[in-house]
Amino acid sequence: MAERVLMKGNEAIAEAAIRAGCRHYFGYPITPQTEIAAYMAKKMPKIGGVFLQAESEIASINMVYGAAAAGVRVMTSSSSPGISLKAEGLSYIAGSDVPALVVNVQRGGPGLGGIQPSQSDYFQATKGGGHGDYKMIVLAPASVQEMASLTIKGFNLADKYLMTSMILADGTIGQMMEPISFEDAEIETYEKPWALTGTKGKRAHNIVNSLYLKPDELEVKNFQRYERYKIVEENEPMWEEFMMEDAEYCVVAFGIASRVAKNAVVAARNEGIKVGLIRPITLWPFPKKPLLEAADKVKGFISVELNMGQMIEDIKLYTQCKKPVALCNRCGGMIPSPDEVLSSIRKAQKGEF
Amino acid sequence: MKTTQILIAGFGGQGILFAGKFLAYKGLLEDNQVSWLPSYGPEMRGGTANCNVILSDDPVGSPIITAPDVLIAMNLPSLQKYVDTVVPGGQVYVDSALIDAKVERTDVEVFYIPATQMAKDNDISTLANMIIVGHLLENHPELSFVGTDTVVEKLVPPKKAALVELNKKALTLGKEYK
Repeated sequence: MAERVLMKGNEAIAEAAIRAGCRHYFGYPITPQTEIAAYMAKKMPKIGGVFLQAESEIASINMVYGAAAAGVRVMTSSSSPGISLKAEGLSYIAGSDVPALVVNVQRGGPGLGGIQPSQSDYFQATKGGGHGDYKMIVLAPASVQEMASLTIKGFNLADKYLMTSMILADGTIGQMMEPISFEDAEIETYEKPWALTGTKGKRAHNIVNSLYLKPDELEVKNFQRYERYKIVEENEPMWEEFMMEDAEYCVVAFGIASRVAKNAVVAARNEGIKVGLIRPITLWPFPKKPLLEAADKVKGFISVELNMGQMIEDIKLYTQCKKPVALCNRCGGMIPSPDEVLSSIRKAQKGEF
Repeated sequence: MKTTQILIAGFGGQGILFAGKFLAYKGLLEDNQVSWLPSYGPEMRGGTANCNVILSDDPVGSPIITAPDVLIAMNLPSLQKYVDTVVPGGQVYVDSALIDAKVERTDVEVFYIPATQMAKDNDISTLANMIIVGHLLENHPELSFVGTDTVVEKLVPPKKAALVELNKKALTLGKEYK
């Protein structure tokens, strides 16, 4: 067995990024993700990498844009309000079809909000955030091990599909420590013939740009991009199913909420309630298939979220509203207890959604 | 071991997080499933700190402890805040040098240990946390004192090598306290 080490979720992201070949980190400090920057500040100079604390979030995302255009593995990290500031850059990166990794260790919002864990940036991450038609691959880790493995996966997918991968974590997973091992990580490398590496007088110029003033050209660009997104939607959804075989009720939760929900599912099973859990690991592409299949089997769904009800819209959409969906939620930095989730499950069993 | 949920709470600077890290590391070295979750919010900035450690044979579900099996309270506000959350039959460790109050519940096992005073008397004034940890490891049916030396050696950074022996001393003081 690979050696297990105890690490904070944030540190696991940073170490995994380095192992994935990332040598360029640009960021600006914000709680609760500062350990990522701290780890990079310590490690990058020792391995010939670049750690740069920019003057702002906007500067750091544009440095990411530049480095991505040059074809290197690059990342930034922030927390909710900081991601809002980066939104413009995210749109430009998408419009230029370059790969990047962006980490959002979410805290409560809106506005400056608080610093406690939250999942209220689901819409921002999965539906846009910046302007224009674009998508990001959104990965939602539920353990420190996944903070590492999904970071490596995120870099691989970003390079493969020329888009941004976002790690959508939360303050709890960022701050907690769990044992992890790195040895099974599979690091893929991709040729980047489009990268701005200098022509050396030997090839035509590469151009990385998001400006297309001719509407027909811009339309084609968007169509092409969405063809690529379609492939991502077909090939890349990831999810975990827990006790779903004979489930009559299905809890849907991601990240830290899924950990709490799992406790509640076990407790409900002990009471004889047939309930299972589907945990989306990719929030975009959303795991439509298992949800739609479950919709034909279960009597109803319970969406457990640390926000006012965001993923619940996707659950309703992709189950085609075949079954009722209840919401069990806390927000502002509060986390539901397993008992709160359990009482939602009990209510569902009584037909109360 | 089934699952042991340990909540450690006190002031910032008492080594609350380190005590938790020690228990988590010990669990790691013993091939348990482990989670360690610190408070990082305004309460920590305002001076109080707490830390949730879960040790288990099975994968840890929620890392957030709502009903601890063990409470270590290193100041009065922490004892008052958490004592009623301890599961019946659980254990409460109280630093009686800092907390005058007695636990009124009769369905939990309470250990009073004047850790902060003992630390002072032994010239290890920053290690009251480890005295309590030593006492816990000795007295909890699911935990064991065996292997603590290795954990200390692994956890104390080389720069602070002098602290290795002092941590061991603190643990032993806690172990031997009656």
